[in-house]
Amino acid sequence: MNKYLFYPGCSMQKNASSYLDSLMAIRADLGIGLEEIEDWNCCGATEYWSVHQLKAHALVGRNLALAEKQTNGTNTVVAGCSACYLNLAKTANYMKDDKVLRDRIEDALAAGGLHYTPGSLEIRHLLDIVYNDVGLETIKSKVVRPLTGLRIAPYYGCMIVRPDKDNRYGNPEYPMALDYLLEALGAKVIDFPQKTHCCSGHMTQISPDVAYELMHRLISGADRYEADMMVTLCPMCQLNLDAYQGDMNDYMGTDYQMPCLYFTQLIGLAFGYAPAELGIGKEFVDARPALAKIGVEVPEDVEVQKRKPRRRKKEEGLPMPRMGEEDGR
Amino acid sequence: MMSEQFEPVIIGFTCNWCSYRAADMAGTARIKYPPNVRLIRLMCSGRLDPTFVLKALSRGADGVLITGCHPGECHYLEQNYKALRRYRLLKRTIAQLGIEPDRVKLVWASAAEGVQLAREITTFVEEIRELGPLHWPTSMARPQAEQSVVLEEVAA
Amino acid sequence: MSKEQNQPQNDKERVGVYICHCGSNIAGVVDVEDVAVWAKEELADEGVVVSRDYKFMCSSLGQEMIENDIKEQGLTRVVVAACSPHLHEQTFRTACGRAGLNPYLSELVSIREQVSWVTTDKQMATEKAKAMVAGGVERVIENEPLEPLRVPIHPATLVVGGGIAGIQAALEIADAGNQVYLVEREPSIGGHMAQFDKTFPTLDCAACILTPRMVSVGEHPNIELLTWSEVERVDGYVGNFSVTVRKRPRYIDVDLCTGCGICWEKCPKKVIDEVFEEGIGYRTAVYTPFPQAVPKYPVIDAETCIYFQNGKCRACEKLCPTGAIKFDQEEEILLLDVGNIIIATGFETFDARRIPEYGYGRLANVFTSVEFERMCNAAGPTEGEIVLRDGVTKPESVGIVHCVGSRDRNYNNYCSVICCMSSLKFAHLVKERTGAEVYNFYIDMRTAYKDYDEFYQRVMEEGVLFVRGRVAEITDATRNPGEEGKLVIQVEDTLAGRQRRIPVDMAVLAVGLQPRSDTKELTKKFGISCSAAGWITEKHPKLDPVATMTEGIFIAGAVQGPKDIPTSVAQGAAAAARVLSRISMGEISLEPVRATVDEAKCSGCRICNNLCPFNAIIFHEDRMVTEINHALCQGCGTCVAACPAGAISGTGFSNEQIMAQIDGLLAFSFPQNGDLVEMVPV
Repeated sequence: MNKYLFYPGCSMQKNASSYLDSLMAIRADLGIGLEEIEDWNCCGATEYWSVHQLKAHALVGRNLALAEKQTNGTNTVVAGCSACYLNLAKTANYMKDDKVLRDRIEDALAAGGLHYTPGSLEIRHLLDIVYNDVGLETIKSKVVRPLTGLRIAPYYGCMIVRPDKDNRYGNPEYPMALDYLLEALGAKVIDFPQKTHCCSGHMTQISPDVAYELMHRLISGADRYEADMMVTLCPMCQLNLDAYQGDMNDYMGTDYQMPCLYFTQLIGLAFGYAPAELGIGKEFVDARPALAKIGVEVPEDVEVQKRKPRRRKKEEGLPMPRMGEEDGR
Repeated sequence: MMSEQFEPVIIGFTCNWCSYRAADMAGTARIKYPPNVRLIRLMCSGRLDPTFVLKALSRGADGVLITGCHPGECHYLEQNYKALRRYRLLKRTIAQLGIEPDRVKLVWASAAEGVQLAREITTFVEEIRELGPLHWPTSMARPQAEQSVVLEEVAA
Repeated sequence: MSKEQNQPQNDKERVGVYICHCGSNIAGVVDVEDVAVWAKEELADEGVVVSRDYKFMCSSLGQEMIENDIKEQGLTRVVVAACSPHLHEQTFRTACGRAGLNPYLSELVSIREQVSWVTTDKQMATEKAKAMVAGGVERVIENEPLEPLRVPIHPATLVVGGGIAGIQAALEIADAGNQVYLVEREPSIGGHMAQFDKTFPTLDCAACILTPRMVSVGEHPNIELLTWSEVERVDGYVGNFSVTVRKRPRYIDVDLCTGCGICWEKCPKKVIDEVFEEGIGYRTAVYTPFPQAVPKYPVIDAETCIYFQNGKCRACEKLCPTGAIKFDQEEEILLLDVGNIIIATGFETFDARRIPEYGYGRLANVFTSVEFERMCNAAGPTEGEIVLRDGVTKPESVGIVHCVGSRDRNYNNYCSVICCMSSLKFAHLVKERTGAEVYNFYIDMRTAYKDYDEFYQRVMEEGVLFVRGRVAEITDATRNPGEEGKLVIQVEDTLAGRQRRIPVDMAVLAVGLQPRSDTKELTKKFGISCSAAGWITEKHPKLDPVATMTEGIFIAGAVQGPKDIPTSVAQGAAAAARVLSRISMGEISLEPVRATVDEAKCSGCRICNNLCPFNAIIFHEDRMVTEINHALCQGCGTCVAACPAGAISGTGFSNEQIMAQIDGLLAFSFPQNGDLVEMVPV
């Protein structure tokens, strides 16, 4: 049992509750213990950082101080949301290197009777934990219901690979961790070139036409490769691609129906949990028709689409370069 | 222009193929570094007998800098590893003699690293300056034969 | 004590000290007259009888000054304080030799690179120079007269690597009447050049200019060609190397084989040829890599041959008209005696799979430059047709990406030298053969040598389009009309100042050159060194690019660093010339910096035995003492430092010399209140 301190973040508690529910459902199977940080506060997302950087740092510093107090056999903090993860990690790192910033945050924390020792915590994203600590072998061993035949576009979002100096997910330009993870669940993962391109973040609020263009690139890309759904690991990405897909369709004059789920939900399905337990069905673009294609239980009111038969391409012409062992599979 | 501050005297051992050439390169590139280090050329860092270091310290050096090729690049293939082994043991020995182990330092420098070597020398001079003079007790009046006996006792 | 052995007439040596001005290089910072006067006064007790300063000691007048003093003043030791020993140690040693003084009784102290060029404060520089001179004087007194070792040179030469550089070297040495062993790992010589179609800037057909040379090598009476072979081990020293070569079994009896080709025509097992065809073509299990292979005998690849894998087939054996197939052939181990070795093992290319954003391996129509060479080659998998991965469709637009894996801190920092020219060559070939639209994406155009820039201008005039910018991404995720079904190259056009998405049918990646992946084993085998990037280290990057630090081992071609064909040929010839001069001299003299064991003091503890990477240390079981082979000893001195009994002495860098130098350097501290303070009486 690997123990971690858990920072859920505001999104996981509200609009991304299915992310949290599915994580809670599978954590025992994955063998990870998640101890929520007592009295944690918002990480500042992107809004507060654009208003006042120092105050935002202090805001995050409070979370770090609380986590440090709570370390009990572990000093790793796990966040499921990419923005929470990056904010926590950035502050923790800058406090190590920048003396001026460290002193000012210390002053702010002291005013609240708190203190954080730079370097005492390690901040990691949930995908990092699942891929590197739990490992594909463990996950494969727990799969009871392989997702065979489901075509998935793995979408990492921009944040977890920027920066990624330790190559935790593979090459930061073209990570493969989520791809391999979904393959371990039995799914067919398409080669999705926009896997780390921007989902538009908060541009949906500020500049919707830019946002729709960016979302359109992602969704049309997944559609071109005949993906049944997109899978992501960040509540912001999921919100944009899912909740705003309708508006995007109106704006661009398209009619995509590309569901977007969290990777924890897919793991839960493969581990045999019912869709309702994993929060499936709550999304704006219903994922259940896509899941019905592979025989996942479908409630009465949902229409089952027939699968298009796919023709196998014949091998002809010049041989392709070999891509085998070097990828680290 | 002599300042009031303490000017350490440091002996540096270089290897003919890499670090001596780095020192030459620093010269050719006119890179300035403090004149407190006096370099001795050996063919290889593996030639460094630990008694050389003790001799230098006992004769008035405040610090000793040992340099050689980077591991894996030794002209004689692997002799710098032997120098590294001796250096580690040497540091522990001089600590037991009551000398600050930081007075002896090992840095690797390849023939192209004139800038880096100059930087290391500059840093080391400041480190020794902060440590202060060594004042290894040697009597001015003792004739040389006796002094070498003292050295052997110390080194044994 | 050694001092007694060297006694001239008096108790002390007679030392001459010469301080060089080196124009203003030294004199501009160090007060050279002061140093000379100081040396005469303060070091008189050590034996300094003459102390002069002069503008240029290395000039003939300077040297004459030394020679005259030796003869007239009876000098027994000489110290010159000037530039680095790496420049003029030999000069002053030779001058002493001319005057009848053993050359090794002189020392060159560096007060230029070590003092005047690196110190700003003139007073401190002068004091440091004095200390350095004192160190040199103390040391030289302990110097012993030495004679260089003379070693005979075996006239045979080993050339490792059968590419264009190795071929050139082998031919030159063999034409001069000497035996050459040419060892090549692949079944045929020819190297990378044999894979190319045309060569820049002349657009000569590579095979046409290379194959006559290959044939000369194959037929030369003085060249023993050992292909499908590897060097296993190298023992010995310059002039007397003993090389172990492993000849892998071809499973073909070369005395019977006529090269008719029936075996590979009829072989049923087809595999992808990863080596010569760079993975876009096929070969059979029994094969010659290309039609003009030298030697012409095929080899059987036991890992793919049906007979070796499961005992069936044997078609080649049945069909061979002379019965040359010999499945039971074994490898041969050869022991070669050579005097000199030339290493010309060439390069590998950067693995484009490391840059996933370029899509190589995922997107069908992204090719590397080496794949593209094979495609253009008339004897290649497409018979010279430039087509897409389907083997049929001609591209209507081609993008050529420069600097893939080169000039990039994430991969290789250096420039690979030849990619700009070969990319221009490709552009020209595409235009000529398909009339497609061609884009070259470059950072800088590096077309520096003879006729290279003219070639660039010609290609520009042919209508090739150039975009200055490093390609960010090659993708098939289309966005705009006109991109459907194509590869999109996303690049910042730095001259236009905007992002561009350029749709093409085919992308060619100009992958950089890299050292061979087994370079570390190679350097260990031969006792040479390589740089951090992996290119073999030459003796001097400007003045001696074909020699290594190890006597008797030379390098030529791309193994020393990325370069084009003319430069590789020149280096091959240069290495050959060096070897030929050694052979014609018949013997070579080596620096007498060596270790010697005083057997009386050796207790047989054997601590030194495992310290020598050159196997120079021998232990005599019968007498329980260690001995050092002077010819193998390279003079590193590690064993000297290790001997707990002090039984090993190192000539040229003895304990006495170094201890004396330490004394001299420390005898005088920095000035306190104006005068140099004598710290410890020496």
